[in-house]
Amino acid sequence: MTMTKATDMTGSSASGKMNFGQLARDNGTFLALIALILINMIITPNFLQVQTLYVNLTQVATIAIVAIGMTLVIASAGIDLSVGAVMALSGALAPFVFLSEFGMASPGLALVLSIAVALLAGLLCGMFNGWLINQFAIQPIVATLVLFIAARGLAQVLTNGNLQVFDNPAFEFIGSGRVLGIPFQALMAVAFALILSWVVRRTAYGRYLLAVGGNAKAARLSGISVNRVRLATYAICGVLAGFAGMVVSAINSASDANQTGQLMELDAIAAAVVGGSNLMGGKAPIIGALIGAAIIQLVKYTLLANGVHDAVALIAKAVIIILAVYFQFNRSE
Amino acid sequence: MVDTPVLKMTAIRKSFGDVPALTDAALTIRPGEVHALIGQNGAGKSTMIKILNGAYRKDAGEIELDGQPVRFSSPHEAQLGGISTIFQEVNLVHYRSVTENIVLGQEPKKFGMIDWPKAHRRAEEVLQRFGLNLDVRQPLHHCNIAVQQLIAIARAVSFDARLVIMDEPTSSLDSQEKQVLFRVIRDLSAQGVAVMYVSHHLEELFEVCDRVTVMRNGGMIATHEMSDVTKLGLVSEMIGRDANQIAESGATGFGKTHAGSKTVVLELQNLSNGTNVKDASLIVHQGEVVGLAGLLGAGRTETVAMIFGADHPAGGNMAFKEHRSFFREPAEAINAGIGYCTEDRKAEGIIPGLSIRENLTLAMNPRLAKRGVIPRMAEREMVADFIDKLSVKCAGMDQPIRELSGGNQQKVLLARWMATQPDLLILDEPTRGIDVGAKREIQTLIEGLSAAGLSVLMISSEFEELVEGANRVVVLQEGKTIATLTGGDLNEDSLLAAVAGEAEGAAL
Ligand SMILES: Nc1ncnc2c1ncn2[C@@H]1O[C@H](COP(=O)(O)OP(=O)(O)OP(=O)(O)O)[C@@H](O)[C@H]1O
Ligand SMILES: [Mg+2]
Repeated sequence: MTMTKATDMTGSSASGKMNFGQLARDNGTFLALIALILINMIITPNFLQVQTLYVNLTQVATIAIVAIGMTLVIASAGIDLSVGAVMALSGALAPFVFLSEFGMASPGLALVLSIAVALLAGLLCGMFNGWLINQFAIQPIVATLVLFIAARGLAQVLTNGNLQVFDNPAFEFIGSGRVLGIPFQALMAVAFALILSWVVRRTAYGRYLLAVGGNAKAARLSGISVNRVRLATYAICGVLAGFAGMVVSAINSASDANQTGQLMELDAIAAAVVGGSNLMGGKAPIIGALIGAAIIQLVKYTLLANGVHDAVALIAKAVIIILAVYFQFNRSE
Repeated sequence: MVDTPVLKMTAIRKSFGDVPALTDAALTIRPGEVHALIGQNGAGKSTMIKILNGAYRKDAGEIELDGQPVRFSSPHEAQLGGISTIFQEVNLVHYRSVTENIVLGQEPKKFGMIDWPKAHRRAEEVLQRFGLNLDVRQPLHHCNIAVQQLIAIARAVSFDARLVIMDEPTSSLDSQEKQVLFRVIRDLSAQGVAVMYVSHHLEELFEVCDRVTVMRNGGMIATHEMSDVTKLGLVSEMIGRDANQIAESGATGFGKTHAGSKTVVLELQNLSNGTNVKDASLIVHQGEVVGLAGLLGAGRTETVAMIFGADHPAGGNMAFKEHRSFFREPAEAINAGIGYCTEDRKAEGIIPGLSIRENLTLAMNPRLAKRGVIPRMAEREMVADFIDKLSVKCAGMDQPIRELSGGNQQKVLLARWMATQPDLLILDEPTRGIDVGAKREIQTLIEGLSAAGLSVLMISSEFEELVEGANRVVVLQEGKTIATLTGGDLNEDSLLAAVAGEAEGAAL
């Protein structure tokens, strides 16, 4: 008979006492992160310097923010390939607003407006994804391919395909500011994670999300509007991608429609899966996604700092995803 | 020499976390015998089976097959070793064709490729044995749950097995299909294949089984020759209470103490869906229990799905209270005061990864939530109350529902709908998979609710349940309402005649 493996969906179940093996399995991701850090302490020069920590924190934040949105989408049994492109679009839109004539005239208002426009673009892109999937019952992987191409195209049209350099310290705070010595965007990533994991646990929307991802048919028969849940989920993912796009532009003091968010969809999916997401849906480990993002970032950094070629880094990432999925399937009985 | 038993399981132990599911369980099955395994919901029957076929790992104990110790690590391996299993929850691949589902794992090959014409022929042959003539190329999910169940059985039987395990194989079948199944079981037994048979319908055991083993709370109580026991005796062993006490009450928990009022709650006229529902009409009054009877494929489930807005009708009229049209979505129907407990609890009922608590309150979140936030205490209180009232056997309300035994999942789903306090509760096979004791409790509960004004529309393949529980029974046949039985006309014989008699006429 075809038995589907029962994977652990909620992480902790009824089990009270735990032995070490179980502990390792349930917290495998966390242990992997610790192991990575320990390995780096030994092999990577200057790993423990504040500067290194800072670089890693600034870079991990964008992955984490997008991965949080991706975790929600995956929880709905979907996937969003357009996040990187949406980052490019939002990242290009914000400077577009404050660099315009109007923006030069009233910089204060323009700053607020630029951020609002960038987030709105993310929201609309997300809603478009959700709408496509709902309206035409297309597979999410195909539906989000549309914006994967179109959103970056739009960003390139906006910027004529050129790097757009700017000098706007207020906006740059998003990417290089610090609060109490911690990079602003890292704090934002943590804030998003805390808020959204609360939303998943405590709100009706969170319940609906997990129900739709876990069994869409049963969810509909329980009165849940599957379409609305999907729309909202892709919209949240879009807004988060939009925010991440601004962070990247702010870090570089420039928007680069060609490079911003390149391959981010893969990093985000990898982070989500490593963090415990199940591609079949029904499970939203948001804090896990944070840890997953940290792992992806550290692997990248380790290879880079030890002079390994980029292409090899990609392969390493693929191996991590495969391992994560493998362990997920063995995390039962 | 006496035959070595085909299966011998001894001193089996299994716990899930801290919760013991099996404590010192044992079972011996002789070659070619039909052996029943019975016990209350959560007694450990399915766990026993899953340990035998390698779906779960045992904590301790021995398993011998034909005298040889065995240890399977997956149901597939067990299949190769001669043990074929029909799981309690139909476990097939929904989007694949019927053929693929049947030949999966033993596909006929030609030049290394699957020989499709041969595969289809094989599938057709296998189904023929069950009197099923259907298009084997269609995807499985086009078939209703009863047909799916037959397909699962046909598949399991098509392997050359020494032992075929059937975990509640008849839960979706009506009396005719059951007879077909029993015939197949007798064939198997005559060929020397042993059958392990799990069911909550004790009458069935007397028809096909040779011996019976009773389980309670993860342990073995006794094994008997079927000819040495009575139904009452079995029940008393299952629930651990004195037989005399049980004998005093009737066969079901229904007592039909009230009649329902004259206020019409639901009126359905000439419903059709363009395919198998052609002309279904029925009326439900307030406080009334209306049964919906018919054979497999009569369109009962399709009819209620349209009442609930889960499917869209092609024609007909409906009025529910002051609402004078069909609902477009289940959400509308729920808002208007309808609850619908579906027949297929795995595909359309449970959200496997969510907890008992989350599953139970799923349909009432709009009412429970305050500004979108679910109040923790109120939710927990309500859930605790239902777990208590329906005696759901679980480790706690935060346990994932997929870990519950089949019957206990069913109780949670019933609670999901009772919790919404509907005016009309549609129940599709409400006591499927529920043990005799709990069944009575649930029936009593339904009766109590209807006495308080709730209307119930109940599909059931069990005539006993319809006759004792329903004020009126509407009989559907090939999508048409052909009779309504009430009062003195309502008994098992008249029902059988209405459901089956006419059907034979129609088949000619
Ligand atoms: N995967 C699991 N995780 C935790 N507990 C489980 C799991 N599977 C079964 N159990 C528990 O083991 C006990 C026995 O369950 P089992 O499914 O064997 O009962 P059953 O006799 O088949 O009942 P039913 O008649 O309802 O199908 C139950 O208390 C159940 O909650
Ligand atoms: Mg069972």
